[in-house]
Amino acid sequence: MSDNLMRVQPIRNGTVLDHIKAGRGRKVLDALDLIDKGTTITLLMHVPSKKNSSKDVIKIEDRELSESESQKLALLSPGAHVNIIRNFVVAEKNVAELPESISNVAICSNDNCISNNERGAKTKFNIIKGNSLSIQCVYCGRKIAQDNIIFI
Amino acid sequence: MKHVVSISDLSKKQILSVLKRAKELVPVAKGKKKSKSLDGKILATCFFEPSTRTRLSFETAMQRLGGTCIGFADPSATSHLKGETLVDGIRMVAGYADAVLLRHPQEGSARLASENSEVPLINGGDGAGQHPTQTLLDLFTINEEMGKMEGLNVGMLGDLRYGRTVHSLSHALAKFNNKLSFISPDSLSMPSYVTDDLSCEWSSHNSIEDVLNDLDILYVTRIQKERFPDLEEYKKVASAYIIDSDLLKNAKSSMRILHPLPRVTEISTDVDDTKHAAYFRQAFNGVPVRMALLEQLIGGEK
Repeated sequence: MSDNLMRVQPIRNGTVLDHIKAGRGRKVLDALDLIDKGTTITLLMHVPSKKNSSKDVIKIEDRELSESESQKLALLSPGAHVNIIRNFVVAEKNVAELPESISNVAICSNDNCISNNERGAKTKFNIIKGNSLSIQCVYCGRKIAQDNIIFI
Repeated sequence: MKHVVSISDLSKKQILSVLKRAKELVPVAKGKKKSKSLDGKILATCFFEPSTRTRLSFETAMQRLGGTCIGFADPSATSHLKGETLVDGIRMVAGYADAVLLRHPQEGSARLASENSEVPLINGGDGAGQHPTQTLLDLFTINEEMGKMEGLNVGMLGDLRYGRTVHSLSHALAKFNNKLSFISPDSLSMPSYVTDDLSCEWSSHNSIEDVLNDLDILYVTRIQKERFPDLEEYKKVASAYIIDSDLLKNAKSSMRILHPLPRVTEISTDVDDTKHAAYFRQAFNGVPVRMALLEQLIGGEK
């Protein structure tokens, strides 16, 4: 831990996404649409970790995650930690857990699905946990593997 | 049972109950007995793409039971063209009828509509998705023809990749513990998202001759020209999967052929007069099965 602290400064207020699956950090950055928002972001990749052999870490200053952002994180890296920092102290510690279903978080990859064609329609997927994680469109039934999920 | 969007919405018990009632309703479906079980009830038939059998058999079913139908046979005369959403259209029509039958070109449309319908919504086909009443009538036909619908060896032939009827039917037949043989060219084979979920024994074949003599049921589907970019390729494939009376000499005498219709060339007309042909009886069966389903959805007390 002290090694990690040497690499980047602690943040005063914001969110630290810890224990992200090694190598997934960039995808998380993209999915959560964190870049280009003006906040300072630190991405650490392949940080040595006791729990797994290595992990990615993202530090986001002056910002907490919304519900749908936590869900996106959970889909990309189930079990990642969401630590809310207030005045340099960890104020809340949460684990990004997979919900049973998600609404308006991802889009269906089936172009002919009604959710892609009806004005104002929300998308809805059930989460299928198994050997590999996937989501299934509640409307058309299309199954989408974790790596192919397109986030809204 | 409120809405019928997918065959998997129905439990085995519910399926059996519909089929049992359908059997009782056959004389009514044929006009030999009268029924008023849906007297005063209205079914709205909303066809956002054309269909002949589904629409006509539902209208007949409704009228044989003393009910009536409102609706449209194609969307050109509706506010859909003015840009009305499906959800708005369904909310409106649900206020005019006791049940809504929806046929729509996009997958998932029936599920979305059911979420916004106060009255029972029946999926009459949503794009390449589900068509549960077709599956019910297929099961009914198999049961009628064979006297049972479990422990059978059922072959499915033709376009297994895009054919929604064979997808739903496979799931339903798996529930009743049948053995399935899928016969198609490689390019039109049964998708893994269907076979992955099958709880029964199944196998894939390129040639009908490999399995024909073992089959109790042969379910034939149309190979659509649109699926082939190359017309020559289509002709080659289509001609390799034609059922004629000559081929059927190797079949069990009790073997029955089903087809959701319309057929083009995949079943030669010389099969029509053989004992194997069950597809016109199958088309009729759509009436009693849909009557039974409508009774259960909106019939109230008997």
